Amino acid sequence: MHGGYGSMNILNGVNMTLYADEVGVIVGPNGAGKSTMLKAVFGLLNVNQGEILLNGQPIHNLPPNQLVERGMGFVPQEKNVFPSLTVKENLEMGAYLKPQNVKRMLEQVYDFFPPLVEKRHQPAGELSGGQRQMVAMGRALMAEPSLLLLDEPTAGLSPLYMNEIFDRVKKINAAGVGILMVEQNAKQALAIADKGFVLAAGQNRFTDTGAALLADPDVAKSFLGG
Amino acid sequence: MNELVFFINNVVIAGSVTGSIYAIGAIGVTLIFSIMRFAHFAHADIMTFGAFMVLLLTTAFPAVGASIGVPTALIMLPLAMLLTAALAVGIDKAFYKPLRAHGVKPIVMVIGSLGVTLMLQGLIRLFSGTGGQSLYVDDRKEIFRLALPFEGVRAPIVITEPQIYLFVITLVAVVALHLFLNRSRLGKAMRAMSDNPELAQASGINTNTIVAVTWVIAGALAAIAGTLLSLDVTFKPDLSFFLLLPIFAAAIVGGVGHPYGAIAGGFVVGFAETLAVFNWNVLLRPFRDSLPTWLELPSNLAFVGTEYKIVVPFFILVAILVWRPTGLFKGKVI
Ligand SMILES: Nc1ncnc2c1ncn2[C@@H]1O[C@H](COP(=O)(O)OP(=O)(O)OP(=O)(O)O)[C@@H](O)[C@H]1O
Ligand SMILES: [Mg+2]
Repeated sequence: MHGGYGSMNILNGVNMTLYADEVGVIVGPNGAGKSTMLKAVFGLLNVNQGEILLNGQPIHNLPPNQLVERGMGFVPQEKNVFPSLTVKENLEMGAYLKPQNVKRMLEQVYDFFPPLVEKRHQPAGELSGGQRQMVAMGRALMAEPSLLLLDEPTAGLSPLYMNEIFDRVKKINAAGVGILMVEQNAKQALAIADKGFVLAAGQNRFTDTGAALLADPDVAKSFLGG
Repeated sequence: MNELVFFINNVVIAGSVTGSIYAIGAIGVTLIFSIMRFAHFAHADIMTFGAFMVLLLTTAFPAVGASIGVPTALIMLPLAMLLTAALAVGIDKAFYKPLRAHGVKPIVMVIGSLGVTLMLQGLIRLFSGTGGQSLYVDDRKEIFRLALPFEGVRAPIVITEPQIYLFVITLVAVVALHLFLNRSRLGKAMRAMSDNPELAQASGINTNTIVAVTWVIAGALAAIAGTLLSLDVTFKPDLSFFLLLPIFAAAIVGGVGHPYGAIAGGFVVGFAETLAVFNWNVLLRPFRDSLPTWLELPSNLAFVGTEYKIVVPFFILVAILVWRPTGLFKGKVI
């Protein structure tokens, strides 16, 4: 697939395949087009050539709200909460298309991220980075997605929170949700990945299972810092 | 005591009337800004349009109110709100939506809204004429004089029927808006879109729907503000246009994009204006005897003359922009 923000391509022929309940991890240097890839999958920018299929159906012309209806959830890298809405309202917005599920899903998300219970009436803008990341993931989970796109969920978090988030990602996947995730903490992320994609300059450089990429000396040398 | 009554009549009541109208106008401006990120200069003339619809409907069916005992104009208000909401949505479809689709800068939208305001003004004048017309077509404007039960108080507190309706309707509108924004799914989605439009879209919120809802609310509120203003004075095609500056001042004072700020800002600007043109001589007169003889009280002790009232919101605006650019409540910086 080729695509970018206007007519100029940032992605120059990326190719990724992920099965329904797998964890896919995209790693690569800054500016490689990792975020751009996720945005393209989520219908936020132009696909100029090639196609994106979800369950065999072409989806690259669909707007985000229809992708949400089809079971896709997206947690952006930045600005991933509604700062002036309370934690609870943030989560409610996640289930905007399924208002009948709000109560049941709120309980599930609070179970999943217990620290949010106490903060539920506080504006999300007042939370710490880690808590905000929980709100962001919680919001996406509220729609009960079958595929979750996460853009650097651990960026800027302390190691403690980082492990917490990776742990949650594993749990979400164990519940049957497919994950496509961009990560800077490549080693940790590839360790939980079924598929790994090393992206550079808008193209796949290496594509293999997470374990194989971790074991590959070429990948280690150029992308995992030795 | 007579002086106190004078103060109540000329500051408390007059300020609340002005403040309420500014507040309702400013809420519309601020909501439009929070969703579409541009200053909607045509808002005042949408207010005029709403009042004009009430005038047309009242002229067509002048006797409806008498049977219920309410001014006909008030009975026509809900209908006028609907028509004005439809106009606002229509204007958006015809003029602003194509601009948005091109991804233009906010300033282009602002200029576009200036064009819309000129067009609306022309159209309304074409049908209404340029003179003033009372919205009380067949009804009589009730004036209540409440005498205070104190010795030596001669002057009564004067309040008119439309002023009472104005306070009630403002209160209802503000409470309804509060409940809508905080309790309803659509209202929360509106706040969400104001916070972060991309994430709102990523949550499955249809942003086109939210834009339309915003215009419906802004249009309906504009109809209320324009009608209440015209009820209090008379309908004139340029009446609301002169409120554009104070209404924007109110929205900015409160913190742009912040509905409660707009309410507070409306009353701040309304009262500041009233206090500035109030003749303080009246309040000082009882102490005349205790003042030193060389201090002669001038007969008019207002801060500014009534004809310069418009400088007050302008001054407040500049002061706020200098000292607190985000407004009283923390709004979006423009
Ligand atoms: N909104 C945008 N409009 C135009 N170009 C953009 C936009 N966002 C990103 N780009 C460009 O696209 C390229 C890839 O950016 P992208 O955000 O996908 O990188 P990334 O791999 O996610 O990097 P990082 O690790 O820093 O998050 C960069 O050259 C960037 O300048
Ligand atoms: Mg990125």
